[in-house]
Amino acid sequence: MDDNKKYVLECENLGIVFGGLAAVNDFNVKIGEKQVYGLIGPNGAGKTTVFNLLTKVYEPTSGSIKLNGVDTKGQTTVSLSKMGIARTFQNIRLFSNLTVAENVMVAMNQNMKYSLFESTFRLPRYWKEEKAARAKALELLSIFDMQDFADVKASSLPYGAQRRLEITRALATNPSLLLLDEPAAGMNPAETAELMHNIGKIRDEFGISILLIEHDMSLVMGICDEITVLNFGMVIAQGTPAEIQSNPVVIEAYLGKQKED
Amino acid sequence: MKKMKNLTKAQKSSSLTYAVVIVAFAIMFALKTSGSLSSKMTGMLVPICAYIVMAVSLNLVVGIMGDLSLGHAGFMSVGAFAGTIAIVSMQYNGVESAGLRLVVGIIVGAIAGAIIGFLIGIPVLRLNGDYLAIVTLAFAEIIKVLIQNMYLDLDENGFHFSMVENTNTTNLETARLIIEGPMGIRGITKISTFVAGFILVMVVLIVIFHFMSSRTGRAVMSIRDNRIAAESVGIPIFKYKITTFTLSAAMAGAAGVLFANNYSTLISAKFNIDTSILVLVFVVLGGQGNMLGSIIAATALTILPEILRGFSDYRMLIYAIILIAVMLISNNSQLKAAFDGLLIKLKLKKAPDEEEGGKA
Repeated sequence: MDDNKKYVLECENLGIVFGGLAAVNDFNVKIGEKQVYGLIGPNGAGKTTVFNLLTKVYEPTSGSIKLNGVDTKGQTTVSLSKMGIARTFQNIRLFSNLTVAENVMVAMNQNMKYSLFESTFRLPRYWKEEKAARAKALELLSIFDMQDFADVKASSLPYGAQRRLEITRALATNPSLLLLDEPAAGMNPAETAELMHNIGKIRDEFGISILLIEHDMSLVMGICDEITVLNFGMVIAQGTPAEIQSNPVVIEAYLGKQKED
Repeated sequence: MKKMKNLTKAQKSSSLTYAVVIVAFAIMFALKTSGSLSSKMTGMLVPICAYIVMAVSLNLVVGIMGDLSLGHAGFMSVGAFAGTIAIVSMQYNGVESAGLRLVVGIIVGAIAGAIIGFLIGIPVLRLNGDYLAIVTLAFAEIIKVLIQNMYLDLDENGFHFSMVENTNTTNLETARLIIEGPMGIRGITKISTFVAGFILVMVVLIVIFHFMSSRTGRAVMSIRDNRIAAESVGIPIFKYKITTFTLSAAMAGAAGVLFANNYSTLISAKFNIDTSILVLVFVVLGGQGNMLGSIIAATALTILPEILRGFSDYRMLIYAIILIAVMLISNNSQLKAAFDGLLIKLKLKKAPDEEEGGKA
């Protein structure tokens, strides 16, 4: 690949060891601007662990992560959010007692400046920023046609809408890299097709890169520019969807070895 | 969204709470001035206000932040002593206006509560769940014992402080012994009034509701609902938790000053684990995160032991039975549904999803 190209994410020899078990080992990935990148692999391959390393839920035991060319060593989950990483979770993690709009507005917190003093006395900056934040939240919600549910409690949304709200909330942090952990899990084919369309739309409208974990192959093959396959914490293949589909090592990892004779 | 008819649930809940408090105050104030209130009831008005402030401020920690604190009486104690010291010294220095002394005292109490809340919060808020409850309990007991061993005098040369003995003033005739160790502060002029209590309750409610609809409040509630997700969207957990804890401790400190200046004597043994648990009972009974519930529970459970005084020895037994019965009834979905149905029939026929936000 062209070395002068700007990368949103560069992982070099990334790895983590849990008590002697190398959950992820020698993970190398380069994600360019506006790229949709797929991370696939059988269950337990270490895909979510990679996400947790990227967002510093776990501290890597080896290797480095660069975000927009800046080394993320010493950063925390919170500060990485400011640096431009946003994520969703495999098991949905919403703020279930807050409303849909509030869920999105929480994610805008770091861009809001008014102090506790200003909100207690309801000074002008409070009203100005709250109004702007709500307008922005409704605008973001409209990507998934959810603006009408803005004042509904998040936990009362149907499953698919909860997944979409999680993505909206992640977008509200203004990321340059969006990590989606099985966004299509539990969705029917029609919903998956719509999601695929929306992921492309997000990439184009927001100009961000997306790294996604997914088991739904129609989605992965249909939308990803490049794919990395993990098995037992090791990268076993990397390439375009067409290359991955025909790679014998990948087929073996998913389906097992064919009989020799 | 632009139209005001669509008030959010939070706005509805806060307006209802303000309305209930104001109406209740107006009724009680009218009864009190017309002299149709027994002296026992009149004497309870200020403590009720103080306990309401305690309950809603603890609800901020338990219901909004989602952490169990068993040390709320400690902050009340710190505020009560700091505020009363300020009030007594102002009196010693000839500040005539009782209203001014009370206001300054409450502010001093709130600041003292905030400082101690902040300092205790630094180590304590790194813990979760039961551990946090135990450590806050321990800190409240430490505060109690520390104050029991304090001696503070005031004379023309200023304050004299000792943790050993109280004979550190040079001039016993003109000196004012403020804190006398285990005997606490004696000879307090009862300057707390029902009106002051009402104003404090309203101020605290406004602060809490404004907090809940600010970015800080949302951040704290997001931590309560899902800590990992909150971190992933850039919410610094500790910063928001300590802000909330400090705010809550400041309110408890203010409540302490109001409470203390309703009696002639203030001893730190009053602010023990029993008081902390009592306030927690208000919160749990009223519903976590439900401010109006806390207010009603605090009022009812402060009056109840007095009403039951006629049962003499069986008083606390009946008190406990009523408490258990209320908890059972409020957690029984069938009874709740029947009650909701009754409300819909009696009042406006509103949609079933109109009920209050609290969940016990």
